[in-house]
Amino acid sequence: MNALTQYLDLFRQHRDLLDSHSAEAINSHREDAFKVLENATLPKAGSDNYENTDLEAMLAPDYGLNLAKLDIDVNPSATFHCDVPRISSNPFLVVNDSFASSPKSFNGLPEGIEVGSLKEFAIREPETFNKFYGKAADLKNPMVALDTLLVQDGFYLRVKKGVKIEKPLQLVNILQNGMPLMAIRRMLIIIEEEAEASLLVCDHTQNPEIDFLTLETVELFVAENASFDFYNLEESTAKTNRISTLYLSQKADSRVVIDGITLYNGVTRNEYFCRFEGENASLRLLGMGIEDEHRSLSTYSRIDHAVARCHSDELFKYSVDDNARGAFTGRIYVAEGAVKTEAYQSNRNLVGTDTARMESRPELEIYNDDVKCSHGSATGQLDQLQMFYMRTRGLDEQTARLLLKQAFMADIIDGVRVEALRDRLHLLVERRFAGASSACASCAGCNKE
Amino acid sequence: MLKVNDLHAEINGKEILKGINLEVKPGEVHAIMGPNGSGKSTLSMVLAGNPAYTPTGGNVEFYGKDLLAMPPEVRSHEGLFLGFQYPVEIPGVSMVNFMRAAVNAKRAYFNEPPMSATDFLKMMREKRAVVELDNKLASRSVNEGFSGGEKKRNEIFQMAVLEPKLSILDETDSGLDIDALRIVAEGVNKLKTENNATIVITHYQRLLDYIKPDFVHILYKGKIVMTGGPELALELEERGYDWIKEQVDKEG
Repeated sequence: MNALTQYLDLFRQHRDLLDSHSAEAINSHREDAFKVLENATLPKAGSDNYENTDLEAMLAPDYGLNLAKLDIDVNPSATFHCDVPRISSNPFLVVNDSFASSPKSFNGLPEGIEVGSLKEFAIREPETFNKFYGKAADLKNPMVALDTLLVQDGFYLRVKKGVKIEKPLQLVNILQNGMPLMAIRRMLIIIEEEAEASLLVCDHTQNPEIDFLTLETVELFVAENASFDFYNLEESTAKTNRISTLYLSQKADSRVVIDGITLYNGVTRNEYFCRFEGENASLRLLGMGIEDEHRSLSTYSRIDHAVARCHSDELFKYSVDDNARGAFTGRIYVAEGAVKTEAYQSNRNLVGTDTARMESRPELEIYNDDVKCSHGSATGQLDQLQMFYMRTRGLDEQTARLLLKQAFMADIIDGVRVEALRDRLHLLVERRFAGASSACASCAGCNKE
Repeated sequence: MLKVNDLHAEINGKEILKGINLEVKPGEVHAIMGPNGSGKSTLSMVLAGNPAYTPTGGNVEFYGKDLLAMPPEVRSHEGLFLGFQYPVEIPGVSMVNFMRAAVNAKRAYFNEPPMSATDFLKMMREKRAVVELDNKLASRSVNEGFSGGEKKRNEIFQMAVLEPKLSILDETDSGLDIDALRIVAEGVNKLKTENNATIVITHYQRLLDYIKPDFVHILYKGKIVMTGGPELALELEERGYDWIKEQVDKEG
């Protein structure tokens, strides 16, 4: 059995429908993806880099796809509020797999920034689109191929040369449907020379009782001397599964922060492929997952030091409880000519129960001597002496544990360079550990101060 | 307030306390001295309720209640405080949040509403003054990056905030230079009333120049082998512990 078969069949049968609701520049890539997938088999659960990920199982269910782009009864701006104070009151929206923002979102957008539907961009500027689309993402990755085969729309952001915006942009991906749904989407982000911007992406699910699967490919191009922060906050539901693959291409002197925060989810697979293509660039790759009940989060990351004098700093932290599972595989690759590379990788995890599982594989692959690199992994329990110290001051066990867990995640949140977002995240993490129920159904997590 | 009767305790199966008897009344200062490994720190850990230590015999009454049956946080609420020999660093938890949680936990225990932000900050300011603790430290993570002296002052600061009835200060003088020692000792003296009591655990007599004990107990091999007044500490300073060891071992 190959879970890919149903998607190939779908493509064969509905190619016209698929194409007619997308753009020629997007459609023209489907054939290549089809050829890759025809001969592909999905990596088995437990195989290298897929220690905790069963793609076959994730893709096997017969989710519905909204290829005809039938309007789902949704009025996001009426039902959805995700205000991070001082950031944005009208975030851009992608509902399921389509860009769906209200005109208000565009109010006050500074000059030199283009935001919108990926499909519209592909129709409007096919030549520019083709310079970037699929250029960072690797079709040999079956999840990229599947996305390319079936994607119709998504999110597009371009910050033009020299444009600097201080206030973060915000995108909210909403899943909403009355029946099981697979949302296939794509993000293309182009930060031109000397531009500076940050983007907060929040993933939410409106219907907690419905099964969802998100498949997304993110391509991120950061040009010479540009700066970009990409924050992705997943606050979905136990029935929402997600496969996200991010490709970053970084040119000389660029500075990038990527911070992936998983607060609530079902089964999530996040992949990060980061590549330095010019010297003196720096990357902070951060991530955290709070996993309990039967949730699962696995991260695969690869940082490619293809050129000299770049700096990468990677830190992932997990807290796994109950029957949750976490996995981290991180590979840092330093090429032969990449002298003066500095690359640091760390994975630290708290395991709270005997039934929770955490797997960690930090890996370094270095082909020259003139580097400073380190990697490490530590998995354990809360420090008993810290617990006791706090209890002697009158904190009960539960409160002490809560504070220690929050503290454990603090450096991941402190990596966020936007103060308002940092404060918000500290609050959300506190609530999460305090046992607040999954926030999204009622948006309690976002609406109550 | 505190009655320790024939207390036995072990850690990792090894018996450390072998029958401690001790009574502390309000207004008293007790010093517990003794050579390394005699069980001084174990006694403080057992009284404070460190789960790593297991009481195996005897009992402890604290204001008539069974102290050993209480979890550590309840002992704190009931008025017991332990100043740690090695204050624990807690990266990522700020002193302010830690103290707010502690103060409000105690208030909740006594069915009182949480303290208002204004009152809390005012109290923090007042209590900091007791040990001349820098305001900057309050916004930092608990004990993280504090110097040895700052850590010990921070212990006394917490004691000031929690207003315990009985404070056990475990080698609070260790690692302190003479100025820090004076500040810490003055802090303890400022907090002294006729209603509270202090047990000072120390290796050296010099702390007792500043904190005057009413009783000095010598702990050796898990038992209090001698009790006297302040003069006993001075004698120890002069003669060391060997004469006591010899005496006890001979009787042994």
